[in-house]
Amino acid sequence: MTYTVDNDNKKPTRNGFGDEIVALGKENPDIYVIDVDIAKSCKTDSFAKQLPQQHVNVGIAEQNAAGLAAGLATTGKIPFVATYAVFGSLRMGEQIRQSICYPKLNVKIACSHGGLTPGNDGGSHQAIEDMGVLRTFPGMTVVMPADYNATRALTRKAAEWQGPMFLRFTRDAMPTIYGPDEEFEIGKAKVLREGEDLAIIANGDTVRLALEAAELLATEGVQARVVDMHTIKPLDVDEVRRSMQCHGRVITVEDHTIMGGLGSAVSEVVAEHGGAMVRRIGVQDQFGQSATYEELLELNGITATNIVATARELLALDPAGGHVEVQPQGR
Amino acid sequence: MQNTSIQQLKEHAKELRKTAVTMVYEAQSGHPGGSLSAADLVSYLYFREMDYRPQEPAWPDRDRFVLSKGHVAPILYSALAQTGFVPMETIHTLRKMGSPFQGHPDSKKCPGVEISTGSLGQGISPAVGMALAGKRDGKDYRVFCLLGDGECQEGQVWEALQCAHTYQLDNFFAIIDQNNLQIDGHTDEVSPNLDFVKKLEAFGYDAHEVDGHDMQAIADLFDKLRDRKDGRPKGIVLHTIKGKGVSYMEDVASWHGTAPNEEQWNQALRELDTPPDREQYEEAIEDIEEGPDR
Repeated sequence: MTYTVDNDNKKPTRNGFGDEIVALGKENPDIYVIDVDIAKSCKTDSFAKQLPQQHVNVGIAEQNAAGLAAGLATTGKIPFVATYAVFGSLRMGEQIRQSICYPKLNVKIACSHGGLTPGNDGGSHQAIEDMGVLRTFPGMTVVMPADYNATRALTRKAAEWQGPMFLRFTRDAMPTIYGPDEEFEIGKAKVLREGEDLAIIANGDTVRLALEAAELLATEGVQARVVDMHTIKPLDVDEVRRSMQCHGRVITVEDHTIMGGLGSAVSEVVAEHGGAMVRRIGVQDQFGQSATYEELLELNGITATNIVATARELLALDPAGGHVEVQPQGR
Repeated sequence: MQNTSIQQLKEHAKELRKTAVTMVYEAQSGHPGGSLSAADLVSYLYFREMDYRPQEPAWPDRDRFVLSKGHVAPILYSALAQTGFVPMETIHTLRKMGSPFQGHPDSKKCPGVEISTGSLGQGISPAVGMALAGKRDGKDYRVFCLLGDGECQEGQVWEALQCAHTYQLDNFFAIIDQNNLQIDGHTDEVSPNLDFVKKLEAFGYDAHEVDGHDMQAIADLFDKLRDRKDGRPKGIVLHTIKGKGVSYMEDVASWHGTAPNEEQWNQALRELDTPPDREQYEEAIEDIEEGPDR
């Protein structure tokens, strides 16, 4: 199986959720969607129209939405609360902690507009802390799919999963990486490219950047292993350890602040298992601003070019600490 | 609905008060004031109004009680112990390691607790969710949610009240225990409640007020409301006295979250019309390390 970036076939991951949740709702009357007045942006409007008996719109009231979903879950429903990632994490953060995670209820927080994708809306609407915050809630599972097909598959897995889960989708159209029949497992990373010189671990919309960077590195004779860490909690610790074996060189890439998210999660494992050199690419401790998504990625160095530059920097370092020239092994 | 007489309900309320005060005394921590203000209502609901099965706490058709003002857990625990959800000895374990009786209600640890509460303003939303599920599933159960008046300063309460109106949940009862005190003092000084009945009416509720310590009046009100299926959620403002039944606690803000000492505990039991019977509460149950799971 080779994984490549199909730029001719672009769709936002939020559409994957919108399409799959309708299919799931038709199969199972216990699947509910809770909206907060942004059904169109979250792509749940089709669900609302087709399955009104399984749909609730509470209006602009996120805290109530989280608690209401918890109440529904006590009766055996499987509610998906649909909102923007910034609200689905921080605005209803304590409600998720108290009313969903603490009683360990089967509620999914399914968020669109993750990361910097609400570009032109500015920093208020961009979600750069969400996954880091939710990762700290006991019992919470945190997932971000890389493309439309992965989103459909992981949404289906979410409905089967018992317990609270945070799912993060994005607004902008992203190239396709996976086929429609690709199998996924929550908590199990996907290795998209084998390589021994270094590992690039990415999630969500940045997986495509990791694949592009690996292509570029290959032209220089550097073989990069590319991992799609779609679940950052529970983290696939075995896969991180295997990535560490790529000459102790690991780069993480995420559309999220480098504090608390994928980069931090990987670093924790690396630190506890003997160490490796880790470079975290992501939002650099700053808020966003109104701009295009691509401009904002550029601003934070979340680009294939920067992944390549970072890889070169790592390749020049001796894992034991000193500087050493490493001759990349061509294939 | 049970055929408990008003006199019996009053006796149960007295027992609930004694148990709650004793739990807080033994734990040397907890919230007696608001437990005592809610005691009569809790007695009424658990010994007359609600339909439930202590041996089958997850019975799908049960009426549900949600304690949104979760800090008054002792009064709920007293009811759960006295109705058989948990053994009576459990009252000695309040706030102790491994107890089903956590400092605030934990639905993972204690049978009969419908949803974990404690962070104020939050219990009402799950209660509305339960009522909504009941309507959608064509079930007859009702959901009774008890809120504190201070708690209603939280904005989420009003989001949830509005939502129950939107979905015409006439199986939902929002009950506000208005004792007019919160930790920092009188609610009028901290953040005035104004008129809860008017507020509830403005939110489309079938709104009523009642003396929360007049058992007959409480019973009459529920008799009136029980069969009303007009699409309007029910709102009840209970006028109560914080610390009701124990003279030195009545209407004193500092008894919100203070445990009585031994002398005060003995006096409380005397005032609640029972000679202190330490023996009754002496059976230590250190062997209860793990609460019943659920």
